[in-house]
Amino acid sequence: MSKKILVIGSGPIIIGQAAEFDYSGTQGCLALREEGHEVVLVNNNPATIMTDHTIADTVYCEPLTVPSIETIIEKEQPDALLAGLGGQTALNLAVELEKAGILKKYEVELLGTSVPSIQQGEDRELFRELMSELGQPVPESEVITSVEEALKFADQVGYPVISRPAYTLGGRGGGIADHEEELKELIENGLKASPIHQVIIEKSIAGYKEIEYEIMRDQNGTCISVCNMENFDPVGVHTGDSIVVAPSQTLTDNEYQMLRKASFDIVSALEVIGGCNVQLALDPDSKNYYVIEVNPRVSRSSALASKATGYPIAKMATKLALGYHLDQLLNPLTGHTYASFEPALDYVVVKFPRWPFDKFADADRKLGTKMKATGEVMAIDRTLEGAFQKAIQSLDTSIPVLDDLEKHLTLPTDLRYFAILQLLRDGESVESIHETTKIDKFFLNALQHMVNLENQLKEYTVDSLPESLMKQAKWFGFSDKQLVDFLHAEEQEVEHLRKSMHVTASYKMVDTCAAEFEAQTNYAYSTYAGVNEIEPLPANKKALIIGSGPIRIGQGVEFDYSAVKAIESLKQSGWTTIMLNNNPETVSTDYETADRLYFEPIQKEVVSSIVEHESIDVVFTQFGGQTAINMANELEEAGIPLAGVSTSVLDALEDRDLFYAALDELDIPHVSGETCLTKSEALQAAKQYTYPMLCRPSYVIGGQGMVKVHNETELKQALNATDDRHYPIILDQFMTGKEVEVDLVADGQQVFIPGVMEHIEPAGVHSGDSMSVFPATVPGYVHQKVKEYTEKIVSHFHYKGIMNVQFLWQNEQLYVLEVNPRASRTVPIVSKVADLSLVDLATKILIDDPSVSLEEVKTGSMEHVAVKYPLFSSHALPELDHTLGANMKSTGEGMCLGNTVEEALAKVFSHLPNVYENGEAVFVEGEGFSNVSGSTLSFEEWIQTNEAAVYFNDQINAQAKERRVQALKYGVEVFSEASTFQAYLNGLTCTEPVPVSIPGKRPEGVQKV
Amino acid sequence: MKGYLSLQDGQSFEGTASKQWEDAIQGEIVFFTGMTGYQEVLTDPSYKDQIVVFTYPLIGNYGINEEDSESKEIQVSGVVMFQCAEAVSHYQATSTLKDYLNKHDIPFLTGVDTRSVTKAIRMEGSQQATISNDGAVPQQAAKTGQIFRVKGEGIETYGEGNMHIVFIDFGWKKSILNSLVEKGVRVSVLAFTEIEKVHELKPDGIVLSNGPGDPKDVSELLPKIKDVLDAYPAFGICMGHQVIALAYGANTKKLPFGHRGANHPVKDLATGRVFLSSQNHNYVVDEASLEETSLSMRFYNVNDDSVEGLVHKEKPIMSVQFHPEAHPGPVDAQYLFDDFFESIITKKGEKAYV
Repeated sequence: MSKKILVIGSGPIIIGQAAEFDYSGTQGCLALREEGHEVVLVNNNPATIMTDHTIADTVYCEPLTVPSIETIIEKEQPDALLAGLGGQTALNLAVELEKAGILKKYEVELLGTSVPSIQQGEDRELFRELMSELGQPVPESEVITSVEEALKFADQVGYPVISRPAYTLGGRGGGIADHEEELKELIENGLKASPIHQVIIEKSIAGYKEIEYEIMRDQNGTCISVCNMENFDPVGVHTGDSIVVAPSQTLTDNEYQMLRKASFDIVSALEVIGGCNVQLALDPDSKNYYVIEVNPRVSRSSALASKATGYPIAKMATKLALGYHLDQLLNPLTGHTYASFEPALDYVVVKFPRWPFDKFADADRKLGTKMKATGEVMAIDRTLEGAFQKAIQSLDTSIPVLDDLEKHLTLPTDLRYFAILQLLRDGESVESIHETTKIDKFFLNALQHMVNLENQLKEYTVDSLPESLMKQAKWFGFSDKQLVDFLHAEEQEVEHLRKSMHVTASYKMVDTCAAEFEAQTNYAYSTYAGVNEIEPLPANKKALIIGSGPIRIGQGVEFDYSAVKAIESLKQSGWTTIMLNNNPETVSTDYETADRLYFEPIQKEVVSSIVEHESIDVVFTQFGGQTAINMANELEEAGIPLAGVSTSVLDALEDRDLFYAALDELDIPHVSGETCLTKSEALQAAKQYTYPMLCRPSYVIGGQGMVKVHNETELKQALNATDDRHYPIILDQFMTGKEVEVDLVADGQQVFIPGVMEHIEPAGVHSGDSMSVFPATVPGYVHQKVKEYTEKIVSHFHYKGIMNVQFLWQNEQLYVLEVNPRASRTVPIVSKVADLSLVDLATKILIDDPSVSLEEVKTGSMEHVAVKYPLFSSHALPELDHTLGANMKSTGEGMCLGNTVEEALAKVFSHLPNVYENGEAVFVEGEGFSNVSGSTLSFEEWIQTNEAAVYFNDQINAQAKERRVQALKYGVEVFSEASTFQAYLNGLTCTEPVPVSIPGKRPEGVQKV
Repeated sequence: MKGYLSLQDGQSFEGTASKQWEDAIQGEIVFFTGMTGYQEVLTDPSYKDQIVVFTYPLIGNYGINEEDSESKEIQVSGVVMFQCAEAVSHYQATSTLKDYLNKHDIPFLTGVDTRSVTKAIRMEGSQQATISNDGAVPQQAAKTGQIFRVKGEGIETYGEGNMHIVFIDFGWKKSILNSLVEKGVRVSVLAFTEIEKVHELKPDGIVLSNGPGDPKDVSELLPKIKDVLDAYPAFGICMGHQVIALAYGANTKKLPFGHRGANHPVKDLATGRVFLSSQNHNYVVDEASLEETSLSMRFYNVNDDSVEGLVHKEKPIMSVQFHPEAHPGPVDAQYLFDDFFESIITKKGEKAYV
């Protein structure tokens, strides 16, 4: 019987809850639809695939709060609720909805694991009771609700102790304390972070092996372990911040089975239905182990396990929640065996976290029990060394020069892996590094192997390198580019030598069964260790879509959305699609998305090999963010056919001098500025302008390193902080005004603009960090000029495809700020609100689909207005002042729709109190808000009160910064811009917002009139 | 030094040889896809005369220890791997895998694309193969009668307790014995060739062990075995299971490439649940042949529907094709040992003393 099922998503991307829930949510929704059910989705993350009509029937971008969900339940009258796919956010909501009697009131059945089971798994005290009943050891610990209790416990068991606040995500508010002072602060914050004001304080077992099992259990009690994983970093570093290897490498079969059985016993006692993650700590010197925690839902680890094994956990978990048994479900990878089996791997998987520290020079790089990574990469190879190296290549980041190597080992920091390699290069022993870090020598030996090989390679040149060493280097995952350094040759020469030795990449299959059964899978990875088994797909027209790699600030899930939509569109047009990406958290790396998936680093060498192997007709670089577009030059040089305009056009659009010259020629106003190749050039150029100026490096993501400078000293500081590879530097005159932007599709002449987006904060705030309104109610002349200018640019460059143009709007004048010749961050928002897939349209134009005419394209009626807002993950990086500026700092974005802008704003800020009704909730430091009374206490007193909820301070000084940071630590909402604060106040004028779903129904291709 | 794995059907795989051999080493080629448990596999008598390919590419990671061997010696004829760890860090390890194999003069290859070997076996079936330095192809006929070479002599007794189990030896694994002894019973191990001595030992029940090769190697002894089975509660494992089937008139057949590994799903019709099992067998009981017998199927393989276990319709006899004692592999089916002891107690109608 078809049911209407409400699915709760995980909301905007924040540290600890990222794209993995788009992947699992999407899989879940599709599984429900496959079974004939109607899906009503609530998720206020507009950047996801999940919130697209191809995935869910009805989509609400509405607040993820109990009152908001209740109004949606009231309106939609669903039969059932599925909450196990939306991370901790959705799970917590399910518990609260149950407690509030809402599920009972509207007769909504909760699918999957029951609320009492969830509570038993999540509530530390209930969990410990259960463990004690089962005879499963847990570290000595105590549930506390006050600092005094914590201190008493620490006195009994000794420091260090770990604090884990109850019901939080990504270890929010937790940490390790080495002494009393640290513990006091930790507990104060922890109690605040926990929605039930409860913290578990625990004896530290740092140094144990950290092992995870991903378990599935059905209603009938059948249990399977999909995958086990071992952390490279022993207990002490949050698993989200740990390098993880799958399967476990250093456990004997006895140990493996002992921990597997413990996991089964726990999951069975909890009566989980669906997926469950169990984390355990194993003593490296005995068979003693401890249970760390369980997550009775799909998780980041389950997404990783799915990609590591090929077993679709979220999809199967959804079917189990519907009542299926594991042995009734087919294993989709083989097509003829069943889901009630355990994958066997015949390769090694390494997951490596991607941290935001390249964006935040001030952030504390120390890793501990609180997760700080924004995303992760995964790599597959037949050697551990190869998997490590491919993971590093996938990170798409440069490793800073390290000093004080020991510090990175002992703290530890995000750079520990690299510091270990450096120490090994310097001749440090595996033994001594093991003593310091407790990292298993098995892993350290793999690193030592790489260093040994580096030393061997250094003894040769490109002319003398023996074939055996070339082979070994490729077995160990050294890229041609890496070999350049050792062999003193150009990359092309290395490539040539390699090919002359017939050392080429082979491709192998991820099939869940280590070749035991015949499999139909299209999931492939490359290796140099072994023969090729992946035949090129038979096809007339083959496209390779380059993904965007790990989630990081400035390049989030929105680019995955674009890649997936491009694949959909190409498939509809009869193309065979091949995806290249390395992010295990995403939908694009679901092997069901494209016709074939290559799980690989995004590097020229990799792309070339795949293009050659598959005989690709065209490569798409417009839908993978800056990562993909940055490759365009290299690929074109290698003679690889790219979709869209040539790289000379891309250069003309991205090179400031060329671009400004073109704008001058076209008579389009732009801010004045200069491109400077060196530091001295910049200082010279600056003399011709008045401060403030905007100093922006090239080839960066999310305005990294971009700063507004007010005088020469600040300019010098900025220039000194910029890496050589980010030259040329652009100096622009800083202008005040409003910012508007458009995402458009062009066919070389014509332009289609679905609407204009207006920023709430003034120019100078990075577009990724500003709130914005779409469609904007801007005067007619703005629309006209936007159209006029963009048409001029498009026809001048004969630009084809998708493009984002940003404007400054000042005194009835519009200036072009910049052009991004690729799908931008706002594409999914515009597409969803305008009920028209821009990516689909652009893709069809790029493949010259004759049925598409831009003149005939129409958007939906756009009856509602959307407000997009940024989220800053201050819970993970509380030491940072999240003032808004040119450098993007937010990790994700949310969106709410309303009949009016005020209604949408009311939803955006619905978690905050009304400061007109409760003056004590707000503390205002800044001009222009005399109508808000605010608290009369001193800041220090106010921040301690329970009412403290909203803090406004737009001052630029040390005290303001300190207070903003302090307020964030106390979980208070901080406004650092007057316009944002005003927007919040405007939202308060709407008292009863009504839920609004995203327009449209499941689309079929490009909509025409 | 180069080395080759050559299959009977002409396929050849290159790798690095552990040493220079005088002659090619021949054996039946089989694969094991489990990611842990290489020590248990190498020492399991059921692998007698076989060359085993470990599909998982990283073998030897945790070395060799003093606890995990399934018998006193290495049983396989040869080993094929991709990578074999040079150093070990595990606290229990007393040797590296490489040193252990070399010390016992077991030939092995490394650097072989084990996935493609596994695929070759899957597609072409299990067959004779050689490990050599020159790529010599298999010359000899397949060896038979392995059980006669792995079984012990005389009667050995283990454990203490009031209950007495006779463990019929076809090449037993230590873990089966451990699973029995742990229950607090006395176990007498008796070679299957001396089956008639069971009656003298007056057991409360009998367990028929695992063993290598073709169950029909015991054909001549089947009447005597049936005689014993008729008299005592019995539990057969792997070879023991096949022998029970043959004894009651069912038939066995050879699988194309056998079941090996730690991830075989088995459905227990008594509970409706599926569990994962450890397996290692080439032969299987033919389901159709059960029809006229007093046996019925209780367990089947979820992947290929093959028979995984039987119960006797009247007598307290149960048999399983998989390995409930695990090692290597999951311990999910340990409960069957309890079931076996239950059946003994029920039969005796006495108070439990286990």
